[in-house]
Amino acid sequence: MSRRLPWGAMARMTGRRALAAVPVLLGVTLAVFAVAEASPFDPVKAYAGTAGLTASQENLDQLRANLGVDRPLITRWWEWLGDAVTGDLGRSGVMRQPVADVIAERVGWSVLLAATAFLVAVTLGTALGVLAGRRRGGLLDRAVSSAAYTLEAAPAFWLGLLAIWFFALRLGVLPAGGLTDTGSDTVTAGQVATHLVLPALVLGVSQLPWFFLYVRQGVGDALEEDPVRGARARGLSERTVLTGHALRSGMLPMLTLIGSRVPELITGALLVETVFSWPGIAAATVQAAVSVDFPLLAALTVLATAAVLLGNLLSDLLYGLADPRVGFDG
Amino acid sequence: MTARSLRGAAAATLAGTLALTAAACSTPGGAAAGSGGPKDAAVVGIAYEPESLSPLLGYGKDGNSKIFDGLLALDADMRLRPALAAALPAVSADGLTYTYRLRKGVKFSDGQPFTAKDVVFTYRTVLDPKTNNASRTELDALKDVRAVGDDSVVFTLKYPYAPFAQRTVLAIAPEHVAGRQDVNTGPFTTRPVGTGPYVLTGWSKGEKLTFKANPGYWGGEPAVKKFTMAVIKDDDVRATRLRAGDLDAAILPPALAAGFAQDKGRKTYAAKTYDYRTVTLPTHHQVTGDTAVRRALDIAVDRRAMVDKILEGAGKPAYGPVPTDSPWFAKGTERRHDLAAAGKILDEAGWKPGPDGVRVRDGVRASFPLWYLSGDKLRQDHALAYASDAKKAGIEIKAQAGTWEVIEPRMKTDAVLAGGGSPGDPDFDQYLLLTSSLAGDGFNNMAWYDNKTVDRALQDGRRSNDPAARRAAYDTVQRELVKNPGYTFLTHIDHLYVVNDRWDTATGGLTTQVEPHDHGLASGPWWNVESWKPKQ
Repeated sequence: MSRRLPWGAMARMTGRRALAAVPVLLGVTLAVFAVAEASPFDPVKAYAGTAGLTASQENLDQLRANLGVDRPLITRWWEWLGDAVTGDLGRSGVMRQPVADVIAERVGWSVLLAATAFLVAVTLGTALGVLAGRRRGGLLDRAVSSAAYTLEAAPAFWLGLLAIWFFALRLGVLPAGGLTDTGSDTVTAGQVATHLVLPALVLGVSQLPWFFLYVRQGVGDALEEDPVRGARARGLSERTVLTGHALRSGMLPMLTLIGSRVPELITGALLVETVFSWPGIAAATVQAAVSVDFPLLAALTVLATAAVLLGNLLSDLLYGLADPRVGFDG
Repeated sequence: MTARSLRGAAAATLAGTLALTAAACSTPGGAAAGSGGPKDAAVVGIAYEPESLSPLLGYGKDGNSKIFDGLLALDADMRLRPALAAALPAVSADGLTYTYRLRKGVKFSDGQPFTAKDVVFTYRTVLDPKTNNASRTELDALKDVRAVGDDSVVFTLKYPYAPFAQRTVLAIAPEHVAGRQDVNTGPFTTRPVGTGPYVLTGWSKGEKLTFKANPGYWGGEPAVKKFTMAVIKDDDVRATRLRAGDLDAAILPPALAAGFAQDKGRKTYAAKTYDYRTVTLPTHHQVTGDTAVRRALDIAVDRRAMVDKILEGAGKPAYGPVPTDSPWFAKGTERRHDLAAAGKILDEAGWKPGPDGVRVRDGVRASFPLWYLSGDKLRQDHALAYASDAKKAGIEIKAQAGTWEVIEPRMKTDAVLAGGGSPGDPDFDQYLLLTSSLAGDGFNNMAWYDNKTVDRALQDGRRSNDPAARRAAYDTVQRELVKNPGYTFLTHIDHLYVVNDRWDTATGGLTTQVEPHDHGLASGPWWNVESWKPKQ
């Protein structure tokens, strides 16, 4: 691994992808406006909430005009785009706040949760996958594999409830929800760290089976390939065989997986954040969608799309590094 | 960790979510860390988070906000008492002018004095069409408000409106803060400044709201110094966190509250409400518009069974928007469940049983659709029970789920399982539900009810300031509803709260107010948390 990294090629690929992302993002935001427009949800009703159930028609009509939702779809999209380019993301109707504030307040916590969970899933999944792949059919393999299939079928929110019941209620060792202790109004790193454990673990564990199963398969297959047999025959140590040969080719499918799991991670975070009262962006996303809050919805979709594109770029870069034959042409 | 708890976990894993809930309910609250917490702090679990904390957008419109005060407030018995006003208002003889003298020496939590200017600013901003306030209709009677000096405010009405004083529980916002920013999305909507007993110290959206006692509160500094509202949408999680000691109190559905009944350290409070569930019977449908069908349904329905089975006893039968234990309820208008009488009414009106058991008259089958809000289990249960009761009387009801977007265009002809209820004056619910000129106006008078006697009585009831005349008017309305029901009122629902038993008030234990349909932040036993004292 002493080879110099091909920085130039990697930068060119990143640049090309960034250019290609512009029309994709434009198209996605237009699609969001179009889908929201076609959705049966009424933004005025969502805004008014229960008060709307006793409001007069005149009051509701006035709200419709104030919120600007009676104007044509293309006009609204174009205005939103024009403002967004200058850095003004608009004002969220449902949150009664500027969109930038809504995102700034929450996105950090979501990223922290998702990144920790991802790390848990990748490292734990890889480690277990390698161990299981080395001896397929062994005790560890059978135990972890069946657990992985069970986990894949278990919904994340149910895992969350189970974790709260066990760790918070029966054992009383970890907090059951929130970002900090419920009675406290300061945010300290220590408190956040303890409160992060359960949601990150639940989200991570719900993503783990994919990584585990891919790595297990890849490593297992690689160990049966000719180069590995040859290496073994030449008397190389088991350790060198595993890290130098099997792991390298066995890990390849997983690198692709990293990129493609990002959307799953986002939807998983949504459920986990709700169960654990985690003050992230997920709850806002649901609210924006059912309230047809155009500015907030569009901004959040751009964020999610960007995350997916970044995930894909990352996995392609890693793939190119791991397997020079693939290169960086995308 | 013991083998027992491991086995417990495995059992729950296998038995699924149901077992999880059951297990959570039957485990004794061993780790009740919260009950050992500081005595001057309280943490409560709520299910709904407000979108905004700005009174200008509708927050605190029914009074009793922890951050703000209105001119008046409602006490435990729902009687009006002065808050930011020094006394109840002086009302002119024609009922058109309300004059309030303001309390002296009140300061907002940022140290600025509260004056008549703030009152005028608040009401004028709410009335401004540019303000996105969906509850503006409630101030429909108000023509103008002006300040007379620093400590007096005069409201002028368009028409005499007897319950107007009850509308002045509306929270008052400071002009020097809220007047300098965008009223719809400015920072004031999330970082409010008020005169109330508590000051908001943080709002982590989706997680919690934190408050500290306002040391300069005009009513005296509260004994509970720190107050937290944790936002926990899922009922099971809320119950679990209450049991884990993370919360001191929470609102719970009847089934989960029952799990705490044997708990000696906690008390359950059932708040009486105006929260009704009703079926609209639209006059524009040829079956539901027939008075005989409406009257038959009114007595064919078994309200008692709904209270016992659906609400697990936490509620009472409803015969109109006014609950049976309200002083405004017209005694003697209760309807007995009488299936035989219902059949007789239908027989006499010419609805004869058809071959499939469903009655027919002139080729019209006694059948109609009933919509309920999808995802609302309580409404679904009510709708299905209603349909099954009606079937016994030979009326076919097809219950269907839908969102408001699906239901609204059909409201003119299709029946809807609706909910609502505002405590206090009988005008609030009845005028909007029953006035014929409001038929089809937004969600008002969804049944398109049209009854001249009722229209007249409702006008008399809101215009007169004479209590006896008002009582007579609302008695008339309720008796007319027996003769020609535009709705089948089913139940009034109690709201249940479980609270750690470690606080008292000067007048004894904790209490609840009569609650509206929607759960405000300050509903529940903590409606007067500012007067809680730690138990010795």
